Amino acid sequence: MLLRKQYDVPLARDPSSRFLVWITLLMSYLAALALAGALLVGEMAARWDSGLAGGLTVQIAPLPGRTDVPPLTARVEAALTVLRATPGVTRADPLGTDDAARLLEPWLGPDAAKDPSLPVPRLIDVVTDGTVDTPQLARRLESAAPGATLDDHAAWLADLRAFARSVVLAALGIVAVVSGAAVLAVVFAVRAGLAIHHNVVQLLHLMGATDRYVSRQFESHVLGLSLRGGLAGVALAAATLLGLQHAAEGLRASLLPDMNMAPWQWATLLVVPAAAALLAVGTARATVLRTLEALP
Amino acid sequence: MIRFENVGLRYGTGTEVLRDVSFTLAPGSYHFLTGASGAGKSSLLKLMYLAHRPSRGLITLLGRDVARLKRTELPALRRQIGVVFQDFQLLDHLSALDNVALPLRMAGVAEDDAMEHCVEILKWVGLGNHLQAKPSTLSGGQQQRVAIARAVINRPRLLLADEPTGNVDDGIGMRLLYLFEELYKLGTTVVIATHNEALIRRFDHPHLHLDQGRLHLLSGAAA
Ligand SMILES: Nc1ncnc2c1ncn2[C@@H]1O[C@H](COP(=O)(O)OP(=O)(O)OP(=O)(O)O)[C@@H](O)[C@H]1O
Ligand SMILES: [Mg+2]
Repeated sequence: MLLRKQYDVPLARDPSSRFLVWITLLMSYLAALALAGALLVGEMAARWDSGLAGGLTVQIAPLPGRTDVPPLTARVEAALTVLRATPGVTRADPLGTDDAARLLEPWLGPDAAKDPSLPVPRLIDVVTDGTVDTPQLARRLESAAPGATLDDHAAWLADLRAFARSVVLAALGIVAVVSGAAVLAVVFAVRAGLAIHHNVVQLLHLMGATDRYVSRQFESHVLGLSLRGGLAGVALAAATLLGLQHAAEGLRASLLPDMNMAPWQWATLLVVPAAAALLAVGTARATVLRTLEALP
Repeated sequence: MIRFENVGLRYGTGTEVLRDVSFTLAPGSYHFLTGASGAGKSSLLKLMYLAHRPSRGLITLLGRDVARLKRTELPALRRQIGVVFQDFQLLDHLSALDNVALPLRMAGVAEDDAMEHCVEILKWVGLGNHLQAKPSTLSGGQQQRVAIARAVINRPRLLLADEPTGNVDDGIGMRLLYLFEELYKLGTTVVIATHNEALIRRFDHPHLHLDQGRLHLLSGAAA
């Protein structure tokens, strides 16, 4: 009954019909992009999370000109001794000077980075089981190896998590605003329909149509329109995402989040037209029922 | 049973178009409603099909006090009232057949039964060749017959017709009045507003006569 081809209220020819399809298309497009952004950032944060959790970096400064401290290599050894004696540390690997040179290469050039006279700090990559008391470890490292500083990845992680949270919140905000606009558009279109077809609605009412009988006509009308607009909007968003993916493949910047979406993530985007349709039907029903209250 | 007690009706802040109207119609009775143009015939019928509420007075309709009806009870009550509107009120985008089927669809009658029934009644009013015609392609008299078919399709308990013979010649007018006569014999309460003295003189039914908003009972109507 909900998809009867001919309605008692001839809504199909209303000018607001096309308007509603376009509005739903645009709103679904924005909502789908926001949703995809949230999914991608969420996954990226999860990947960084597993890569960085439980990680520490110890940095030992060369301190050139200081004669009161042991040489750099001795201090690295001292730091390693402390680290390996610390309960909770599962691994502690010094990065070689080559590794440090490679990290500096983009800034200094290949030759300068390998210059032995360059005061390059030494790094120790530490993996823990998460139970290490980092402030205490930092103090012990500083006394055993002057110039040693401890860099806790947890601080980075907290920042990353906060960033991912704000992206998801922003996406939710966009979805909320877009939904609000879609609701307003449906209210407007339904009110216009009720006004244009006032006589028909009045007649059906006097003939004994229940309010739900009348509202169902509007509901199935906006259901069709919003599904059409919603699906078109998501299709357009998918095309946009594929285009971005293609563009990102051309770059070799590993800092960019991975734009490739998993099949389940693509499927999740179909929530958008479904939600648009539900929202439209609910709004249409509420609008019609409220307006009919005024009839005798 | 239909009872009006001291009913008054005014539109907006205007003067009363119906004043102190009191009458009782027995179930299964048949009345003509007469009166000059502007006397208030359509207004009285509107009160009876619940398009307006009275400004004052009491209306009892099919045994229910109208003022005490809950909103949710109104549709079922209205579906027991068949109305032929003075201006027909057909839906222009629907065929004659679909217009007539409207009350059955609202009542949830199965589509096949509904169609069979509608074809039958449209043949009866002489529109068997115009089942799929849109109202705008029909003559005034033909539209009127579609409106009448729609009003009676659901065997209403109360049939209200506003000038149902206004646009047809006396031959077809008689035929339509006989259709109402059939319903009357089946127990429907009938009220027909009309100017056509010639037609109604052929039927022996009491008159309700409206004169400037006041009602007079003529020729043996049950008070
Ligand atoms: N919707 C309305 N708003 C204001 N006044 C109205 C309205 N409908 C009718 N009237 C007034 O009420 C009075 C009675 O009108 P009504 O239509 O009931 O007369 P009627 O007897 O049916 O006339 P006719 O035989 O011409 O159909 C008239 O004076 C008319 O102007
Ligand atoms: Mg009238």
